[in-house]
Amino acid sequence: MSGHDSKYFSTTKKGEIPELKEELNSQYKDKRKDAVKKVIAAMTVGKDVSSLFTDVVNCMQTENLELKKLVYLYLINYAKSQPDLAILAVNTFVKDSQDPNPLIRALAVRTMGCIRVDKITEYLCDPLQRCLKDDDPYVRKTAAICVAKLYDINAELVEDRGFLEALKDLISDNNPMVVANAVAALAEIQDSSVRPVFEITSHTLSKLLTALNECTEWGQVFILDSLSRYKAADAREAENIVERVTPRLQHANCAVVLSAVKIILLQMELITSTDVVRNLCKKMAPPLVTLLSAEPEIQYVALRNINLIVQKRPTILAHEIKVFFCKYNDPIYVKMEKLEIMIKLASDRNIDQVLLEFKEYATEVDVDFVRKAVRAIGRCAIKLERAAERCISVLLELIKIKVNYVVQEAIIVIKDIFRRYPNTYESIIATLCESLDTLDEPEAKASMIWIIGEYAERIDNADELLESFLETFPEEPALVQLQLLTATVKLFLKKPTEGPQQMIQAVLNNATVETDNPDLRDRAYIYWRLLSTDPEAAKDVVLAEKPVISDDSNQLDSSLLDELLANISTLSSVYHKPPESFVSRVKAAPRADDEEFADTAETGYSESPSQGVDGASPSSSVGTSSNVPVKQPAAGSPPAPAAMPDLLGDLMGMDNAIVPVDEPAPSSPPLPILLPSTTGQGLQISAQLTRRDGQIYYDISFENGTQGVLDGFMIQFNKNTFGLAAGEALKVPPLQPGTSARTLLQMVPFQNISPGAPNSLLQVAVKNNQQPVWYFNDKIPLHVFFVEDGKMERASFLEAWKSLPDDHEFTKELPGSVISSIDATVERLAASNVFFIAKRKNGNMDVLYLSAKMPRGIPFLIEITAAVGVPGVKCAVKTPNKEMVPLFFEAMEVLTK
Amino acid sequence: MAGAVSALFLLDIKGRVLVWRDYRGDVSALQAERFFTKLLDKEGDAEVHSPVVYDDAGVTYMFIQHNNVFILTAARQNCNAASILLFLHRVVDVFKHYFEELEEESLRDNFVVVYELLDEMMDFGYPQYTEAKILSEFIKTDAYRMEVSQRPPMAVTNAVSWRSEGIRYKKNEVFLDVVESVNILVNSNGQIVRSDVVGALKMRTYLSGMPECKLGLNDRVLLEAQGRATKGKAIDLDDIKFHQCVRLARFENDRTISFIPPDGSFDLMTYRLSTQVKPLIWVEAQIEKHSRSRIELMVKARSQFKERSTATNVEIEVPVPSDATNPNIRTSMGSAAYAPERDAMVWKVKSFPGGKEYMCRAEFSLPSITAEEGAPEKKAPIRVKFEIPYFTVSGIQVRYLKIIEKSGYQALPWVRYITMAGEYELRLI
Repeated sequence: MSGHDSKYFSTTKKGEIPELKEELNSQYKDKRKDAVKKVIAAMTVGKDVSSLFTDVVNCMQTENLELKKLVYLYLINYAKSQPDLAILAVNTFVKDSQDPNPLIRALAVRTMGCIRVDKITEYLCDPLQRCLKDDDPYVRKTAAICVAKLYDINAELVEDRGFLEALKDLISDNNPMVVANAVAALAEIQDSSVRPVFEITSHTLSKLLTALNECTEWGQVFILDSLSRYKAADAREAENIVERVTPRLQHANCAVVLSAVKIILLQMELITSTDVVRNLCKKMAPPLVTLLSAEPEIQYVALRNINLIVQKRPTILAHEIKVFFCKYNDPIYVKMEKLEIMIKLASDRNIDQVLLEFKEYATEVDVDFVRKAVRAIGRCAIKLERAAERCISVLLELIKIKVNYVVQEAIIVIKDIFRRYPNTYESIIATLCESLDTLDEPEAKASMIWIIGEYAERIDNADELLESFLETFPEEPALVQLQLLTATVKLFLKKPTEGPQQMIQAVLNNATVETDNPDLRDRAYIYWRLLSTDPEAAKDVVLAEKPVISDDSNQLDSSLLDELLANISTLSSVYHKPPESFVSRVKAAPRADDEEFADTAETGYSESPSQGVDGASPSSSVGTSSNVPVKQPAAGSPPAPAAMPDLLGDLMGMDNAIVPVDEPAPSSPPLPILLPSTTGQGLQISAQLTRRDGQIYYDISFENGTQGVLDGFMIQFNKNTFGLAAGEALKVPPLQPGTSARTLLQMVPFQNISPGAPNSLLQVAVKNNQQPVWYFNDKIPLHVFFVEDGKMERASFLEAWKSLPDDHEFTKELPGSVISSIDATVERLAASNVFFIAKRKNGNMDVLYLSAKMPRGIPFLIEITAAVGVPGVKCAVKTPNKEMVPLFFEAMEVLTK
Repeated sequence: MAGAVSALFLLDIKGRVLVWRDYRGDVSALQAERFFTKLLDKEGDAEVHSPVVYDDAGVTYMFIQHNNVFILTAARQNCNAASILLFLHRVVDVFKHYFEELEEESLRDNFVVVYELLDEMMDFGYPQYTEAKILSEFIKTDAYRMEVSQRPPMAVTNAVSWRSEGIRYKKNEVFLDVVESVNILVNSNGQIVRSDVVGALKMRTYLSGMPECKLGLNDRVLLEAQGRATKGKAIDLDDIKFHQCVRLARFENDRTISFIPPDGSFDLMTYRLSTQVKPLIWVEAQIEKHSRSRIELMVKARSQFKERSTATNVEIEVPVPSDATNPNIRTSMGSAAYAPERDAMVWKVKSFPGGKEYMCRAEFSLPSITAEEGAPEKKAPIRVKFEIPYFTVSGIQVRYLKIIEKSGYQALPWVRYITMAGEYELRLI
């Protein structure tokens, strides 16, 4: 069954995008389909294919479901980066949402909901309304989720259009899958709404419990999870719910089981009969145990939850400790969690067996696991007084193995045991002291020092032992220094002899004078003063009774525990943290890292971070997929000053005065054809940007080759590097068949700037009342921006040339250009606002110096070297704005042709 | 309480994105890739890391691994972790159904279908539908799929979401395998620390139409409720889990196992028995380590089941030090060989009748030089594999399997029993 799609990944290196573009516009279905597949393949490997937007969207109207799905997928990915063009897909969506095939209806409404473009959202409402009431449950279940999508984009719209009510109606739907999705959608909406949206009444409760028996496993999880919010009125109702939910414990899907456990535990709170509770506990144990036969990842989630459950209801698994014994092949994260639960379940009855296990684990290879096992022994000792002695003997056995980290860990826990049971187990101190010199971890060292200080009177050579540590006092970490300080003081207070006296001097001196740790210094000063003013008081302070420590293995406080139990099976229960602490609701619009992403990957889609506010939405996402950038110069385009009139509205058919063309320009040279009549179903469009009288115009001509009249022409420009947009409405009279019209459309720059590296692409959409929308691409010649006052004086030219660093100079051979006469060239360039400054001869070559200027004062200093009449011109330019250089050369190539 | 994931990623072994589907538009592939590659770098091995990880940017990543592919989700909400991780496993199952094997290659070769499936299996981050068999009715891999548009099969939204209507077989048959796995853990003192039996009723159905099935087992609770004299042995099943086709409420009521089965093979139910089981094959190993020269192994294996049964394909894996060389092995039955890649000696016995004892002796050389402060040797247990056909530890019996379909055909049920070793570990001293 395996496919061969990988062939679509292979690319021809040169001119991939133009090639794809051509194939996308092929007249053959199969070729178009293959091309779309190639586009999706390119998207998959992270290439930026957003520039093919119009071409791909043109393939959208197809009967082929596979192709349609691919185009939809493309739309989901790139609609946000081309919001203005995305809207052109709306018609097809709306049409598809009424298709006789339910698969297509559902697909349309599902995809539309994924396109997070405000303008599209408005058009989603009607199809969604229809689909919520569709005959086919497959469409309804998709529409239910779509309401949640819409709510995420525009909550107000959902409320205004009554979708919430429609969604609530779906809870009574006769199809269980629809009910489940409606529940999921409502629960999500409730989570982000402050008002009560989804309240489960006793009526809905019974509906949900009925649907539970029939819907898919995933649907069962949605329903159970939403039921966990329901507070039963009394014990009877609670018992009733539990009775209906208990059969789910037998479900093969672990998530269903865990969610059922959650509800049972929650309802148990209300149940008063101890018999019922006991019975339920008995019923829950086997399913919980069986969770440990699931995949390791599921086991992990189960174990984190069982950890909570045994804190709340220790009896449930009291007799099942063996199932938590670690298997040799368990992944380490499972072993760690099992260990935690073993400590919680350890009791006087099973401690012998548990200790045997811990001892076994303490000789395994994974260091972290071994440490945790050793620590577990200590925690059991603290928890179970009667077992403490056995725990200690196991620890001593482990110390004798002399594995370094085992010894250190053991000493740390023995310190805790000493604190928990003072004056009980000091006999082992001698054994501990044997391993003194192997200690190199701060915590272990500090623990050992604490033990020596605490029992200084019973250790004959306590002073020697401490002294050995003192030698390295300045190098020790703070933890050890503090312990050393306190232990030495204890020693001195217990054995005020000469040796300790000297030691205390040295330590206090070290800790006050030679340290920059304020904690240590302060503590040392306090001891010093205490000792010098009243040694008895010092005794009371330093050798005071210590509060008894207890086992920390039931560490969660009960209110947190209850909250976590209400979240069983969710991330909250895995983290043991309330949901607020980690849930980060982010509206989809800003993608924090896109900017950074674009920067690092040079996709040319970063929002230019400088001045001004971009009037349009910050739609810079490219699906964040472009790892392989289209090679373009880096960014730096100036942003738009403010929002411009919404031309899209115009395009989509809002009334707008359309004045007939009053100024045809018959004398002008012919315009390049951008939309051939074969593509335009008879309509041919030719156009070119030009500059006249300091203004930029779009010189555009329409030729009606169809059989009927074409009228109602409108035009729209996509965002582009220079933010070129129409400065007025397009004025084209109704076109009779066989006639043409040409007009100059005034353009204004810096309106709707597409972020990213400059490029000359201008995407145009034209529509009329008779035909579909046409898209075509044009090139923006840079010279239309050259301003009339671009002439520089010689002096200032020279100065500017010198002041610009050399890496701002670029040179390019223009092999297709030829200068037949210097004067003619100069004149021609001047007509495009490239002004002549000086010339010189260099051998048989002529060197011309010229200047041009862009708005906002960006100068171009130009040097042209050529031999008159010989093809091939060398063009050098210096400009502060490097990014524009490639576009500049393009313009020069045109101007010197 | 609600929670959905934001995106699903398929990553290669280095953590680079192969294919991803953005469901909610609030996470980024680059960030996920960065996070995950860093995680892999740090741990070296994803096995080490828990499958639920939180990054500082407020995103939770959950992942599983299959072959050389990671399947990863990113979520910003408090979603149902168990459900999502299980869903990821189902995604693997679906891909396997489609592409035979899920690996980097097969994803690339089928990326169009992968996108289609991701679109159908999950919507807005909520798991939707994962029945591979039904999915393949309307999402096809054929290069030349027909131009006629498919409709969603009824089953997708039906109460019976696992079976399509209109299935026809000439010969209606059901195969039922009762497979019991024995899990056992014996500690170094020779005590059985833990033992249980996990059983599964594996069905393969080739039935026409919408057959109603009823399965009868020698379940003590049921038999007693019916007031029947328990002739023969009735058994207690600790925890039973049913395939979603079984009507759970009905089972809860009167312990009847009734269902409309999916077409083809599936696990009808699994159960667990935690009664103490006698190890069916007992292995003792004496290991003598003559320091820095050689190591001697003497392994004894004894079958502790009735003589009329026979264990087949017995494989006993005894760990040996990783620096052992020059094996010299003799066995009283079967053959044994050194498997250095597993740091073990593997002793295979094709046929091992009940009540027998076999021996295996082996000697290995050890290098005379070892690291002074060597890390502690990995203490692997002895592991045993075997199969015993026509035998179950629990004594479970299928009393009947009734199949009723409105067309009234006769279907033949075939039942087989087999017991095998599950996680069967004996720790060494």
